[in-house]
Amino acid sequence: MNVTDQATPVQIAQGSPAVSNGEVSDFVALLKPRVMFLVVFTALVGMVVVHPAVHPVIAFASLLMIAVGAGASGALNMWWDADIDARMTRTQKRPIPAGRIAPDEALAFGLALSVGSVLALGLIANPLAAFGLAFTIAFYVVVYSMWLKRSTAQNIVIGGAAGAFPPMVGEAAVTGAVGIETFVLFLIIFLWTPPHFWALALVKSGDYARAGIPMMPNVAGPDSTRCQILTYTLLLVPCGVAPVALGFGGLAYLAVSGLGGLAMLASAIQVFRRRDGEPAARAAQQLFGLSILYLFAIFATLLAEHGLGLWWPVPGIG
Amino acid sequence: MTPGDPNGRVPALTVAEAKRRRSRSIAIAVALGVMALLFYAVTIAKLGPGVLNRAI
Repeated sequence: MNVTDQATPVQIAQGSPAVSNGEVSDFVALLKPRVMFLVVFTALVGMVVVHPAVHPVIAFASLLMIAVGAGASGALNMWWDADIDARMTRTQKRPIPAGRIAPDEALAFGLALSVGSVLALGLIANPLAAFGLAFTIAFYVVVYSMWLKRSTAQNIVIGGAAGAFPPMVGEAAVTGAVGIETFVLFLIIFLWTPPHFWALALVKSGDYARAGIPMMPNVAGPDSTRCQILTYTLLLVPCGVAPVALGFGGLAYLAVSGLGGLAMLASAIQVFRRRDGEPAARAAQQLFGLSILYLFAIFATLLAEHGLGLWWPVPGIG
Repeated sequence: MTPGDPNGRVPALTVAEAKRRRSRSIAIAVALGVMALLFYAVTIAKLGPGVLNRAI
């Protein structure tokens, strides 16, 4: 679908804008700042856990380019999804469906930032990191946004890999290689993504149905979705603790990932058991909120252990 | 060129449009300045601190 062939309701009413109506804040909103923060945070952890011998300016500049690349992905996603964003209450106020930014502006903005950030990362860090960033952007925009999102209920399972790449890109930027540590961090985010987004989809299934997006509750039904949420959480919990077994998670991480994992599991069980009415919606909302806290807590703990020196070895491991 | 205008004239900006354009221009200028500083800092970091010590 070519979004530029379809005018937004505001454009239909007023005619295509001759000058840009966008404020600076609208262009910032195109970048999806909250997603950018998550990307930067996980990429930073990916850099820190490998203890690289790299100049801090290079590390900072690399992180900045990863952030810009993440923002570019967001802008391109908003360009492509403007038509369905207009049909969902959660996304109606975004700059393009709200008529504040023209689709072509968002496309040009996203493309310029994508190309610029990848080229700059290649010059600042190395070609592997630049390739990783380019792959991440392409995966999110082409594979997820343009292909999977509208065609399969497995959209966020496969497409969620895009959100899991940043730790590996971060490591590649500071070491020129990718190791087991950041691959495990990739797996953690990859397994976290389905319960996180399906919990949201259980609550917002009407919104997604209106937009015609085949989210799991709309395709396989809420009960099947609850079962799959529990399954992925059962896989996530041991994976979340894996850094301890591999020697790069210390005592603090063991505590946080262990307790956090148990909390996630308890919440997923509640989602599985409560299937009707307000208790079901509440359970799904709680899981959604808890999942954000869980991911932030385990990555923040790794950052504290490796970046701030708050490391206590796990007895018997390291 | 304004769509549909055969003479190619651009309509005058309203006060709000002018304000928005100015703020976008400032943001672009700041971003370009930050980028220039960043590339300078990265270049110095890659070349090493010895680059500043040289015989005139």
